[in-house]
Amino acid sequence: MTSLATIATRVAEAAAPLDGRHPVTPLLERVRAGREFGPNVYSTLDVLWVLYDRVLRITPATVDDPERDRFLLSKGHAVAGYYAVLAAKGFVPPDWLDDQGGPESRLGDHPDRTLVPGVEIGSGSLGHGLGLAVGTALGLRAQGLLDPRVYVLVGDAELDEGSNHEAIAYAGAAGLANLTAIVVDNSSATHGWSGGVATRFTVNGWTAATVDGRDPDALHTALTGQHGHRPHVVVAVVDNQA
Amino acid sequence: MRESFIDTTTDLLAEDPRTALVLADISAASFAPAAARHPDRVLNVGIREQLMLGVAGGLALTGLRPIVHSYAPFLVERAYEQIKLDLDHQAASAVLVSVGASFDRAAAGRTHLSPADVALLDTLSGWTVHVPGHPAEVPGLLRATVAAETSAYLRLSALSNDHPYAGAGDLVVVRDAGPGAALLVAVGPVLDAALAAATGLPVTVAYTHRPRPFDVAGLRALAGTEVILVEPYLAGTSARLLSAALADRPHRLLTLGVGREELRRYGAAEDHLRWHGLDPAGLRQAVARFLTPATAAV
Repeated sequence: MTSLATIATRVAEAAAPLDGRHPVTPLLERVRAGREFGPNVYSTLDVLWVLYDRVLRITPATVDDPERDRFLLSKGHAVAGYYAVLAAKGFVPPDWLDDQGGPESRLGDHPDRTLVPGVEIGSGSLGHGLGLAVGTALGLRAQGLLDPRVYVLVGDAELDEGSNHEAIAYAGAAGLANLTAIVVDNSSATHGWSGGVATRFTVNGWTAATVDGRDPDALHTALTGQHGHRPHVVVAVVDNQA
Repeated sequence: MRESFIDTTTDLLAEDPRTALVLADISAASFAPAAARHPDRVLNVGIREQLMLGVAGGLALTGLRPIVHSYAPFLVERAYEQIKLDLDHQAASAVLVSVGASFDRAAAGRTHLSPADVALLDTLSGWTVHVPGHPAEVPGLLRATVAAETSAYLRLSALSNDHPYAGAGDLVVVRDAGPGAALLVAVGPVLDAALAAATGLPVTVAYTHRPRPFDVAGLRALAGTEVILVEPYLAGTSARLLSAALADRPHRLLTLGVGREELRRYGAAEDHLRWHGLDPAGLRQAVARFLTPATAAV
């Protein structure tokens, strides 16, 4: 049973980024090891934390449970925050973070699902996660597994890949109500998205919410606000200099 | 072969709830009855081949066994990165079934020709590749590959031999020319042409519908010093395997198949067989020249 104190703690933790005290900052620093991280890492961290701390129904003990929620990181280069969150939640030992990218490490610059517990897909080449997510959602539905949701995180620049548009159109036509896409929009798409990222999804029948990607409560509301018989997209807008 | 594939797949969908079929419009009408019975497992994504493979990868990750089907160039060449990453890199597997082969629809031109499909899949690891030579070979091969847990490619063609050959794909001796004869290995539907070409020549002819994994033990048991390989796709696709298998003994190897040059010609499959030297006359000329190199050089 979840106590009010636990909830209060979680809210306080999730609110920490606003104060510059992110709960996974120490773990991220271990991954960073003095290197410079680009905006792609920091822009994704808040979404990842809200997902793993407040939304996803998955624990280290349920990584093979057919009833688990699935999280697919399509934007594989944003992996540093992903590893830090997985360590914070007990999926991987924190010690693994200290040798990220090393010759004996399981943690590459892009994640490999066969090497990292809790990682659902190997990614890196952009434009693969959404298609895999559509297939995962279809597979769950075909087996009568109606409770698990499939979450896939992509970047706004990643949406340039045409494969995404094959998946967006089909997921809408198929009414994949168990699919949520999260687009971290840091305005990095070379030619932008006229009319906003969300319209690219809603034109194919998705429901959409566009929120401040640094606001954990807004993210939580958007991520859990899906309803009806359509796939859902959450556009998390962040400062591209962050 | 296509009809045999459709019938067998329809049966498999009814027999095993793990089986799923992913299409990109090609053959969708033929699977309409199966789609009506299994709407959650017969999935036509439209003309979206990248998604077709991505969906297959996702289905496999949830425990289903996807069969993926389209024309060979769209299935293998257009979606190659999805095969590499959405299946292999995810440690997920599927059974890919193509139609069209190298030039079944020759009149459609280059866009529908796929002589390089087997070579392209050969850049990956662990795939089983079947190239049936007769429609009756298809049901058993499809059932076996779907029942397995690894990835497989079935390359169906409108061309076929007069008779099917049973078995899992180990080399079968179809014509035995006795000790010291050269060995000709024919893959899939080029067998009959190879047999006709070898008439009267000191050539043992063996058949396989499974170029991957190639029957290396069978090859070593049958091969003497002269080996001829006839494949219905890009010439030399299996040359590296045969050379490696026979590396410890002196031998000569001739590999015949579809040439690399884009001919920019239409016509029928039979015309392309002739232009690529894969008809009986062309094969016989190449084999005779190989067996008598000194004479040919004069």
